[in-house]
Amino acid sequence: MASGPATDGPEPTVIVDDLHVVYRVYGAGGDKGTAATALMRVIKRQRRPSVREVHAIRGISFVINHGDAVGIIGRNGSGKSTLLQAIAGLLPPEQGCVYSSGQAALLGVNAALLDDLTGERNVVLGCLAMGMTPQETKDRYQSIVDFSGVGNFIDYPMRTYSTGMAQRLRFSIASAKNHEILMIDEALATGDANFRAKSHERIVELRGEAGTVFLVAHNLAEIEASCNRVIWLEKGKIMRQGYDVPAIIDAYLEATGGEPRKRDKPQQNEHSATA
Amino acid sequence: MKERTRDQGGPGTLTDDLVVPEIDASALAGEPLADLAARYQLRPSAARPGVFVYARQLWDRRHFIVGFATARNVAMYTEARLGQLWQVLTPLLNAAVYYLIFGIILDTSRGVPNFLAFLITGIFIFNFTQRAFITTSRVMPDSLPLIRALPFPRACLPIGYVLIELEQLVMSMIVLTVIVLATGEPLTWYWLLALPALALQAVFNIGMGLSLARLGAGADDFSQLLPFLVRTWLYASGVMFSIQTIGSLRHHPTITYLLQINPAAVYIGLVRNSILESQRIGWPGSKPYSAGNCALYHTGKKAYLEYSAYCHGVVSMNELWLWGIGWAIVALVVGFVFFWQAETRYGRG
Repeated sequence: MASGPATDGPEPTVIVDDLHVVYRVYGAGGDKGTAATALMRVIKRQRRPSVREVHAIRGISFVINHGDAVGIIGRNGSGKSTLLQAIAGLLPPEQGCVYSSGQAALLGVNAALLDDLTGERNVVLGCLAMGMTPQETKDRYQSIVDFSGVGNFIDYPMRTYSTGMAQRLRFSIASAKNHEILMIDEALATGDANFRAKSHERIVELRGEAGTVFLVAHNLAEIEASCNRVIWLEKGKIMRQGYDVPAIIDAYLEATGGEPRKRDKPQQNEHSATA
Repeated sequence: MKERTRDQGGPGTLTDDLVVPEIDASALAGEPLADLAARYQLRPSAARPGVFVYARQLWDRRHFIVGFATARNVAMYTEARLGQLWQVLTPLLNAAVYYLIFGIILDTSRGVPNFLAFLITGIFIFNFTQRAFITTSRVMPDSLPLIRALPFPRACLPIGYVLIELEQLVMSMIVLTVIVLATGEPLTWYWLLALPALALQAVFNIGMGLSLARLGAGADDFSQLLPFLVRTWLYASGVMFSIQTIGSLRHHPTITYLLQINPAAVYIGLVRNSILESQRIGWPGSKPYSAGNCALYHTGKKAYLEYSAYCHGVVSMNELWLWGIGWAIVALVVGFVFFWQAETRYGRG
């Protein structure tokens, strides 16, 4: 649970310095989409109207320290996933910079691996792609499969998996290696209760191994249980951030018109005043 | 902890527009963040490694590349009832089609001894390059989910795709060996020269595949256009005729030379000369020039087909090997650097 910043001199692992991210979207509307209109566009030297630029992150700065588990909350389209992709180095910044202590691994909701291959191949190739040796891969294989709990389906192509099974397997693969920075983008949303409990333990474990964890989830209970720090994004900017997770979540719920969370035990309220 | 079922983040749930506070970045750490990052030796996450570091990272992932290629190859036919048998059936059926058209219907030799073996060798060797080009031009868009899920040097993907085609080529070569022997060509030590020739071709394909992967990663227009370019290349590379001896090119030595040193014609020529004795002994320039014997060849009579050896040579066999090595090295170096330059931009979509 919320444990606050490390006291013996925090050591930054991720620094985001005035980050702006702009990405291009192909196939946006605005064209009849026929060959004739396309030809006219080329003749008139117009830009494709179907290519739109989206200014998704508009100047974000923060410093994340060793051992932090950071929850990122915000409405749909507020830039949560884009921020994670930028931290992982998958979307180049338009302006500003992201500094990190190592390669961040991103587990996205759409991150299918190789759909036409069996789960077994996906585990092996995923491990090799992350830079494990064949021997390490062999050693970890069984524990990854056991953790994912997909059972006999491991011999089936991944396209036959249910959404939840595929996400469980992906999470198991990505968390098999001790990444310095692990980012989870709604990857646990479709897991069943048993798996969520297991993965929660694994996230706590990764934090204990002095890694840094980012978690994007719409399930605020998940964030409150796993994270010691929260960043609230709004329209590509930071609305509020800090270590007082319950207070920020309550403020977020109030602003977005959600019902206040009911908590089983009383919260430490001494942080609320300072956050 | 109680689960909430309501979506708390949907658009439209906002009661009124939130005012986002401006945060002063320098106040976060009491010093510019770039200095803080430098003090803790953090590196920009979107930075690409140096070209030699990148090459070493790639070497470290060799098991991934091979595993990826093999798994893809196996999965390619899983939807088919005959399964892996298609790996052999595909080249066999290809050969059967060409035998039907050129061996039976057209019955032409176009001045080439053992035309059927000549043709099928050309088709199979060109097919390796053709398939490698087409598949690598689509590898980056096709692999977006993988690219966005796991960090690894992206050059693994085009290289893996070329290896898939190389594994397919091994099957084709087994079929080809049977066909060539069946057409009456002898098995000689020269056959071993096909191995370095194919290795050079594979290196060339990897280099070009890296370039094409970067070109195909951007707009889709390129991979739409590529099949037409490759088909034009097929007709210019002497797959269905011999560049060196075809009558229509007889008085255009410069064009003949340029066609013969184009990479596809070079690798096809090298493999043909190693496994087809009829090609090796008929290679123009391999015997001292004799105007009379060369004229006999151009009469087109079947008995004089191998007299092409007495004509003027376009490129000697040694020169052909040098071209093969040169193309492979140039393609690899240019392709590798070109691909590496855009390393951080793949996956942007």
